[in-house]
Amino acid sequence: MNGPIVSVKNLHKWYSGVHALRGVSVDFARNEAVGLIGDNGAGKSTLINILSGVQKQDEGRIFVEGKEATISSPRDSMRLGIETIYQYNSMVPTMSIARNLFIGREPIKYSLFGIGVLDMRKMRKESVQAIADVDLHLRSPDALVGELSGGQRQGVAIARAMHFKSKVMILDEPTNHLSVKETNKVIGFVRSLKEQNVTGIFISHNMHHVFESCDRVVAMARGQIVLDRRVSETSIDEVQSVL
Amino acid sequence: MKRMLKMYMEKPELAALLLLFLLIVLFQIRSGGVFLSLDNLRGFFGILPEMALVAIGVTVLMICGEFDLSVGAVFALMPMTMAVLMAMGIAFPLAFIAGVLVCVAIGFLNGFLTIRFAIPSFITTLGMMFVARSLTVVISGGFPPLLPADLPIWLFTSFVGPGQLLRMSFIWFVVIAVLVSLLLNRTNLGNWIRATGGFLPAADALGIPTARVKIACFILCSVLSGFAGLIQVLRLGSPLPSIGEGMELQAVAAAVIGGTALNGGVGAVLGGIIGVVLIRVIDNGLILSQVDANWFKFAIGALTIFAVVANSWLRKRAKAIKVEI
Repeated sequence: MNGPIVSVKNLHKWYSGVHALRGVSVDFARNEAVGLIGDNGAGKSTLINILSGVQKQDEGRIFVEGKEATISSPRDSMRLGIETIYQYNSMVPTMSIARNLFIGREPIKYSLFGIGVLDMRKMRKESVQAIADVDLHLRSPDALVGELSGGQRQGVAIARAMHFKSKVMILDEPTNHLSVKETNKVIGFVRSLKEQNVTGIFISHNMHHVFESCDRVVAMARGQIVLDRRVSETSIDEVQSVL
Repeated sequence: MKRMLKMYMEKPELAALLLLFLLIVLFQIRSGGVFLSLDNLRGFFGILPEMALVAIGVTVLMICGEFDLSVGAVFALMPMTMAVLMAMGIAFPLAFIAGVLVCVAIGFLNGFLTIRFAIPSFITTLGMMFVARSLTVVISGGFPPLLPADLPIWLFTSFVGPGQLLRMSFIWFVVIAVLVSLLLNRTNLGNWIRATGGFLPAADALGIPTARVKIACFILCSVLSGFAGLIQVLRLGSPLPSIGEGMELQAVAAAVIGGTALNGGVGAVLGGIIGVVLIRVIDNGLILSQVDANWFKFAIGALTIFAVVANSWLRKRAKAIKVEI
């Protein structure tokens, strides 16, 4: 079990004339926190969208735990244990915390053709537990997500990923629009992923956040990987110079 | 206490319910006690299910983030299809199935075109409204066919219950309202409908089949409208091609009055029903109070605007109540 958990080989993606990914190959090791850095349009979002099933690569292969994987929908990605938390927030603000935690993966009592009756008790109980597990203090799982602060929402999203035992957690700009205190909390989450045996892929514009919380930094520019080092072997200046 | 108050203020149907209560009291006084008399209630409950069924479908569809302006035309087309088929000698059950299939096809087309070509459902269903209305007139040949005499009217519009207060259609309406409400609140499909209308990108990213969810809501909306049209035709005893005109906007008004958000995600079946009851109460109450009936549309318009303003104000006040989450 020493091979990489996720490995991509020679990924290419075109958007009507724009060559957004130009042969990207990268491995993500188990229990590693990797910072993915790059300017706007460098291709990091494209890479993440492919791993999370929102888009499909035009060329190249993806391996999860050594086995070749076809990811053609977000569902495929989740089934493989890859959970993505987006910067625009992967929550529905008009729904309660308990409902949000289980969207698309609701516990069901009786079902017919995949449509069934929700097990509301289980949803409430497990969501209270899941939220407590990530050290978030919310009194009621029935509160609307729209009433939570940005940091609390990210916390709930992370709680969801933890609850479904994801092996890889992709965090797309999770610290955008957050206060300093909340940012520190999210960075704490990223650091603690390792203890929970989860690989974290942390996308950010902010080098300080990445250097504070990650083991390794991968920098992208113009659709290619331009730097891939342990955090201890590089510096913010070096990363900045290659971008 | 504060928490309770906040919870109730966030219930979108609350404002409408309060208003309904006030209006009933007002009309009861103004009409000299006729409003809540058995005879008037019998008439009231006899008509209510027709618009309420349409509003249930429209409410669910709006929660899912889409519109349907073709409901009024489908309301006429479904019973007309059945009447034409029955005039050709086809039995009621078969004609009924054919009518439902027409509704399913229209709902599917509405949804499919909207999603496949990424156009606003407002436009798709506006077009469908004209198409379906035209088809209704065309297949009737300008002369609505006579309905056969042996229709199962007992199943849909006969009076039942104590004092012959209700029609069968009311039972249908209650059963359907409860089922749709349970579907929306207690099933995973309901969760997906709310998520799809609440925030589409998140629903997509979580792997919900949003296109299929939306199409299912379009189909539900069409089928309920067609069924409501059938009930009206059986009550009137004749399939007129013009029934249901203007109903699409009244149904939207009902949903909005009942607290459904125009941009989706928020709303309840009960809210839509309360909206319909309010509209019917105003219609009926104005007549009983001997007010010029032409004020009806004025009242509906004013009510719609008032309800939206009141709801957004209530929600803002509720948000301002600080309770720890």
